Amino acid sequence: MEILGRFTIDSLPFYSVIAASGAGVTVLGGLLVVGVITWFGAWRYVWTEWLTSLDHKKIGIMYIMVALVMLLRGFVDAAMMRSQQAIAFNSDGYLPPSHFDQIFSSHGTIMIFFMAMPFMAGLINLIMPQQIGSRDVAFPFMNSISLWITTAGAGLVLISLVIGRFSTAGWTGYPPYSGVEFTPGVGVDYWIWAVLISGIGSTMSGINFVATIVKCRAPGMYMFRLPLFTWTVFVTAALMIFAFPALTVACTMLMLDRTLDMHFFTNGMGGNMMNYINIFWLWGHPEVYILVLPAFGVFSEVVAIFSQKRLFAYLSLVFATMAIAFLSFTVWLHHFFTMGSSAKVNSFFGTMTSIIAVPTGVKVFDWLMTMFRGRIIFKPPMLYMLGFLVLFVIGGLSGVLLALPPVDYVVHNTTFLVAHFHNVIIPGVVFGYLAGYMMWFPKAFGFKLNEKWGAWSFWCWTIGFILAFMPLYVLGFLGMPRRMEHYEIAAWQPHLIVAAVGAFIIFLGIVCMAIQLIVSLRDREELVDMTGDPWNGRSLEWATSSPAAPYNFAVIPDVKGLDAFWQMKAEGIAYKQPDHYEDITLPRNSSLGLMIGVLGGVFGFAMIWWIWWLAILSMGVIAVLIIIRACDDHTNFVMPASEVKAIEDAWFAKIAKAPRNEMEDDPGFAGFPAPEGTA
Amino acid sequence: MTASASTMSPPPTAEQYEEKEFGFWLYLMSDAAIFALLFATYMMMVGNTAGGLPGKELFSLERAAGETALLLLSSTAFGFAAVALSAGERSRTVIWLLVTFALGAGFICLEVGEFWGMIQEGAPPERSGFLSAFFTLVGTHGLHVSIGLLWIAVMIGQVLFKGLTAPVASRLMRLGLFWHFLDIIWVIIFSVVYLPGLL
Repeated sequence: MEILGRFTIDSLPFYSVIAASGAGVTVLGGLLVVGVITWFGAWRYVWTEWLTSLDHKKIGIMYIMVALVMLLRGFVDAAMMRSQQAIAFNSDGYLPPSHFDQIFSSHGTIMIFFMAMPFMAGLINLIMPQQIGSRDVAFPFMNSISLWITTAGAGLVLISLVIGRFSTAGWTGYPPYSGVEFTPGVGVDYWIWAVLISGIGSTMSGINFVATIVKCRAPGMYMFRLPLFTWTVFVTAALMIFAFPALTVACTMLMLDRTLDMHFFTNGMGGNMMNYINIFWLWGHPEVYILVLPAFGVFSEVVAIFSQKRLFAYLSLVFATMAIAFLSFTVWLHHFFTMGSSAKVNSFFGTMTSIIAVPTGVKVFDWLMTMFRGRIIFKPPMLYMLGFLVLFVIGGLSGVLLALPPVDYVVHNTTFLVAHFHNVIIPGVVFGYLAGYMMWFPKAFGFKLNEKWGAWSFWCWTIGFILAFMPLYVLGFLGMPRRMEHYEIAAWQPHLIVAAVGAFIIFLGIVCMAIQLIVSLRDREELVDMTGDPWNGRSLEWATSSPAAPYNFAVIPDVKGLDAFWQMKAEGIAYKQPDHYEDITLPRNSSLGLMIGVLGGVFGFAMIWWIWWLAILSMGVIAVLIIIRACDDHTNFVMPASEVKAIEDAWFAKIAKAPRNEMEDDPGFAGFPAPEGTA
Repeated sequence: MTASASTMSPPPTAEQYEEKEFGFWLYLMSDAAIFALLFATYMMMVGNTAGGLPGKELFSLERAAGETALLLLSSTAFGFAAVALSAGERSRTVIWLLVTFALGAGFICLEVGEFWGMIQEGAPPERSGFLSAFFTLVGTHGLHVSIGLLWIAVMIGQVLFKGLTAPVASRLMRLGLFWHFLDIIWVIIFSVVYLPGLL
């Protein structure tokens, strides 16, 4: 047995200049982060305040940092594909096929698993406990494990750039191509273990969020008083609990096929490759809604706040969310109509797919009606909301078209499909998360983001998106298959050049976001949010200070209705300092979550490279760490009332100095909540 | 958040134990979904023997009955441990946990023997799609039972060293959920894998 498994010196990326420079950037990026922290002598701060923290807000911020880094990496992949296709007419372009295949595989894998999922988990962690008037999630330690094993999965994808190669089997890893017979080597194994490890993190997040919403609500916060973002989180988390097992099972079986020569999905010996595709999409379709429902939740908050009106038809939005969640388990076969099921089976799934458009349409009308006769303030989150409304409807309609099996047979696996799912994921998911990022940024850091650069990022993202993806619809009708490394049809090239220009404009949008962050950091004194309620908000997360204190609420609020904080402001009971405070119990920091995450990554790495001794060792240490934690009866600490009082006094002093609300500067400002009856 | 300002932690409240139990139920539902998919895959692949031996010639009703008896009895023993726990009798709890452990370990021994025998007979998991599905389904259950055994061992240690404190009792209740859950899964395995395979 080799001590390094199947690792050899050929596994290093010196086979091509582009691969080697990608590896170089990855390594340098890592060294840069380590260098900067060392330069500022900040290791103790980073360790005690961040890496080992069990505070849901800090875990949320770290999730979003992972997501933004991976967004950059995933975007580089996209830019490379677009530039390759723009020039690869009757030419090989600059990317060899095997490298191009790695790039589209890692692009999809990263954007779904390591950009969208962490971004979502981050926003949820940051905001959901505050919206329900809780001091933390139900299981803060498990939350930390979720974060770190998701990060370990992302780490494996990044490491594949340096050591070995990534999968060439696409982000869905269909057998038999992804089987060991046709694709030996470590690439597919990198994909499997990155996805498996982070998938377990997502399952745990789902359990955590459902338990938090069911068990940790403030008194009076009945289910039908939950802010809509929390409702979507609840439904999404339930989907995570039931859908992620399918991903775990599909990937585990593929892993068993590859590692132990089993025959789940092989061509011969009794394997059945279509079973993989069934199980994969049994997770994959609910996953689409896992990603987009919280974005719908964000939009529901954004549209109410920036239209300065209460959300239109709250109940119908809640029931539409539930209907979408239920229906999401009944449509998975539309991903492979061309498998050749009977006409009856295909028409059932086609019909169910079309039906999903109904609750989604209900939501769109609810958002429109919220804006109707509202006084809209065009801050960046609202701009993203408006862009979403227009573009998402187009994407939804192309989805209804694809739901018809005969149409699907014609455009299956063409760029029409690529255009469709980007058209729902970018305006739906990405715009939603970016709107949430810009709206809730002050809640995380205590100052607002620069609005001019936020607006610029919106325009670049929107125009870039239209230019990058509308041509792909046309190309689909022209018969262009997805994932082409080069082609011989002249009519395709102009569209692909436009798409490449679009990708460049999206890049400018990302640059604008970076500038926005830097400029806002520089001007943080002017952009400071003194009150904790910069947008004249409606739900409880705006009742805490910005950034929120470790305990969120010194006194757990008593909720009297929908839009709890708005009501408190209307009744004049917001911002009243209590006479005395009580001791608050909070989760104590723990380094075990981080250690389990790192060891989980080591375990995955060992399994990829067949380094069995290391796999056994890392799994053994993980077991020991879990047992240590399971024997610890003192996982909390008490923050004494005096310390709570000091923190609260400082905040109330700031409130006293601040103008009541920063939205007042806007000419469209409709005023503060007035006592009932006079509004 | 500074450690200097904090004092020693109080034990969790009753609500927090309830949260943990509820969270554990959620985990069990998620795990049940995993088993559901493994069952579906097995049922789909049961005929895919690729010219190898089918279940009829590989399974032994005596061994499956023995495994079933051991696992069900261990669940019963855990029930007695739970009764002793609620009566606050520390040594009786430990004894019944030991019985549970021994019966569970017996189950694992029988199962490992069964797997080993099949591999000797030329029916390893890589022989056919049917055998891959069989070993994965039954093996996943066996892995759960093994983790359960480790958990029982840890809990015996906790009862001995910490006594029947509230946190220990709460963990024992969740262990009970886990152990009985594995029983239910086994009953389904018996009815889906062994009975149709042999009748």
